[in-house]
Amino acid sequence: MSAVNPAIEQLHEPHHEAPPRGITRWLYATNHKDIGVMYLVFGVSMFFLGGLPAELIRSELLTPTMRVLSPEAYNQVITIHGLVMVFAAVMPITTGFANYLIPLMIGAPDMALPRLNNWGFWLLPAAAILLVLPWGLKLIGIGTGTLDTGWTMYAPLSLQAGPGADFAFVAVLLLGLSSTMASINILVTIAQQRAAGMSWLKLPVFVWSWVVTALLLIAVFPALMAGCIMQIADRHFGTHFFSAAGGGDPVLWEHIFWFFGHPEVYILLLPTTGILPHILATFARKPMYGYKAQVYSFVAIGVMSIIVWAHHMFTSGLPTGVEIYFMLSTMAISIPVAVLFFCWFGTIWRGSMTFETPMLFALGYIVLFGIGGLTGLVLSDAAADQQYHNTYFLVAHFHYALFGGPIMGIFAALYYYLPKMTGRMYSETLGRWHFWLTLITFNVVFMPQFLLGIAGMPRRIPDYALQFAPLNMVSSIGAFALGATQLLFLYNLARTVFTTSGEAASARVWEGSSGLEFTLPSPPPFHTFVTPPVIE
Amino acid sequence: MSGEKILQLGLLGLAGAVSRVRPAAARAFYNFQTPVTPIARDVLFIHDLFLVIIVILFLIGTGALLYSVFAHSRRRHTQAATFTQPHGRKQWLWASTPFVALLIIDYLILGIPALHSIWALADTADAQMTVQVTAHQWHWQYQYPAYGIGFSSDLSTPQQQIENQAPKNRHFLLQVDHPLVLPTHEKIRLMLASSDVIHAFWVPAFGIKQDVVPGYLRKTWVQIDKPGVYRGQCAELCGVGHAFMPIVVRAVSPAQFQQWVTRERAREAAVAATASATYSETELLARGRHVFQTICAACHQLNGLGVPGAFPPIAAGHPFAASAPMIAALRARGFYRQGQIVEGPLVDHIRIVLHGIPGTPMPAFAAQLSAADIAAVITYERNDFGNHTGDVIEPAQVAALEDGH
Repeated sequence: MSAVNPAIEQLHEPHHEAPPRGITRWLYATNHKDIGVMYLVFGVSMFFLGGLPAELIRSELLTPTMRVLSPEAYNQVITIHGLVMVFAAVMPITTGFANYLIPLMIGAPDMALPRLNNWGFWLLPAAAILLVLPWGLKLIGIGTGTLDTGWTMYAPLSLQAGPGADFAFVAVLLLGLSSTMASINILVTIAQQRAAGMSWLKLPVFVWSWVVTALLLIAVFPALMAGCIMQIADRHFGTHFFSAAGGGDPVLWEHIFWFFGHPEVYILLLPTTGILPHILATFARKPMYGYKAQVYSFVAIGVMSIIVWAHHMFTSGLPTGVEIYFMLSTMAISIPVAVLFFCWFGTIWRGSMTFETPMLFALGYIVLFGIGGLTGLVLSDAAADQQYHNTYFLVAHFHYALFGGPIMGIFAALYYYLPKMTGRMYSETLGRWHFWLTLITFNVVFMPQFLLGIAGMPRRIPDYALQFAPLNMVSSIGAFALGATQLLFLYNLARTVFTTSGEAASARVWEGSSGLEFTLPSPPPFHTFVTPPVIE
Repeated sequence: MSGEKILQLGLLGLAGAVSRVRPAAARAFYNFQTPVTPIARDVLFIHDLFLVIIVILFLIGTGALLYSVFAHSRRRHTQAATFTQPHGRKQWLWASTPFVALLIIDYLILGIPALHSIWALADTADAQMTVQVTAHQWHWQYQYPAYGIGFSSDLSTPQQQIENQAPKNRHFLLQVDHPLVLPTHEKIRLMLASSDVIHAFWVPAFGIKQDVVPGYLRKTWVQIDKPGVYRGQCAELCGVGHAFMPIVVRAVSPAQFQQWVTRERAREAAVAATASATYSETELLARGRHVFQTICAACHQLNGLGVPGAFPPIAAGHPFAASAPMIAALRARGFYRQGQIVEGPLVDHIRIVLHGIPGTPMPAFAAQLSAADIAAVITYERNDFGNHTGDVIEPAQVAALEDGH
């Protein structure tokens, strides 16, 4: 397993020391670091693109009146916000970290299947274009704009939608292909390319988190892809899988969607729960607590996430016994998730902590994701869910879970690895401002939404009753501030990457860092670990 | 550590205090609406219990985190410990307590009340009355099979208020022309069906939210113990009118309910009689304007110009582009020529309003509007927005086309 890959040996000639120049470096990229960087750049760009619809949503909801968007445009905007953030922002960013870091962490020269890697990436921009192209077409008078069903694409509403729906379904198919390719590549790399002595239970936790994430993607994305093909067939080829008018079953789509959709939550979450303990251990200057417990929890979360999907459907009218099963199984997930929290606490407990930006974001992650997790406990109650389901309580819950978790984790990881990737330190002052403003404004946006949901405001409405006005205004103002705060991050990122104003980073970057990636210079050379390292 | 304990105790007290002041604040804009059914009371109990528990868990967690951040910072704690797992039986025991506590919270403290209300909610047997609820894009229709009465319930907020051309009233977007009237203290079974896409029937004060899925007959129940007006709305995205299909329930005593049934029967008989009445053009235009603004304007807009790509203009002579099936349907009925909406034949106009256009969002209004209302709104549409057909349609013309084509 540890023998030098002959193909890499061949490549390793003098003229290949440096990357090719110009656009071909990126178009034909097979180097895992280049592809990793492309994923990151794409994902961060999409994070900002997906943030614009969010700002539009909050502008419309600033006051109770139809002012900014028509109801039709509003439905399209919420759909695109969801699809872009889930599929085009968070997933590519975590995949980018996998590409960049996994070979470095396991001492491999590259990913196992470099050309597949290239394909996996280049499907993404195509999918993103398909998602937003219908808006462009509408501007020149073709079609009715993009999909307007919400990201859940519930049938038969999806069957009424304009041609934008077809674009969205094909985009999801491409995203599924891309994720499946990336996942296969990651699994093969971890199974086959580990350096000598890097046994399974020595793999860094981040690598383990991706073992489970990749397995989940391969297990559930095909279900969604099949579902999308069935939707397209219903729309154009006269089938009636989901159309009750033709004997089909709208609830079948809900099952298919959530069979994918619930594990998807963990697909978004797990890679950042993998990176978090590395960051906590570094800045606590202490070895990671409960390595095996975390690994086993990942596996347990992965398995359980596949068997709890219908807790998203407690109001669909499932049989009582089915509801009780899904409630009890959902509650069980709280145990492995609590193990992760326990290990994070154990890692910082009695450490010697400093609070650089990555550490701040990691601690913020624990608090915000904690709120997401605790409110998830509430939502698992099939009876009380009658009151919470499809309200702003739910919206707030999953934003605490998905912004508080993955996005805070992504910021932590970006600040943590940026000096390694670029060889330059970012501005610590700006980083801290970014953290504190994000933490505050995020809560200003979403804490009122818990209360709105409890008071009875449904989600996905462009206009609302007057009693919801004060809290909506607070939430909207918070959203504008949260959006503006992210520009600080963008500036800090650009400043680090494109200028030399940051001080040079050492190989170890952080005083407390450990791991194979920190044995390499910052930035690492184009080819790394051509001769595999030896793990004691 | 002792400081932390004191903090915890204080917070426990705070959580208790919060739960004690809740009933007084229950009608606030940031809290649950006052529950008026057994299920809603169950859910509020669960919610209060949950809230106290998760607030305590959150404070313990955040407290521990903050304590560690202060006590174990490099300034105060220069030498980091090196432990990576619990050592010895005592530590393992200590480390496993949070998980045992979590299991108890999950399956006993929260699980038992949850099971109780799930079973209670599922039990629709022994109902004293059944009401059939049908969801449409975008209004609700209620039928009382035992009394032979039924009606549609449409949003009554004027379109001008939605478009910010008039001041909003108190029940903006949560008011209807015909509320669902139910007797108090009786167990009422709701049978729910949808004529198009998935909707959800939600009245917060009743604690029920039931998806209405096309192809299925869903059921749930309510037993309201306080007379009053309760407001809710559709809770599943169902298209552009999703925010504009509220549910308003007027709960009255059983005796008042019987009186209402008598009045409603008389009203429906009077409406049926209008099918053979005749009206003047002025009467029809005034009535048609009202119908258009409450029903049609949601899609075709107050100015009759529609929404490009989605809803055609009523005003003739305006260009319109949309999906191929919609254009084909409009052209076949004579309302579309050379990229523009035109004044089509009267008979087809009546048929479109009566039966809708299958395959497009245009619904059938035969069951929802009276013949007089349809006659009025078509008269209005054909003589306003710059249209000048001069047609005056009487209810009998509509009634003649109502059954059969």
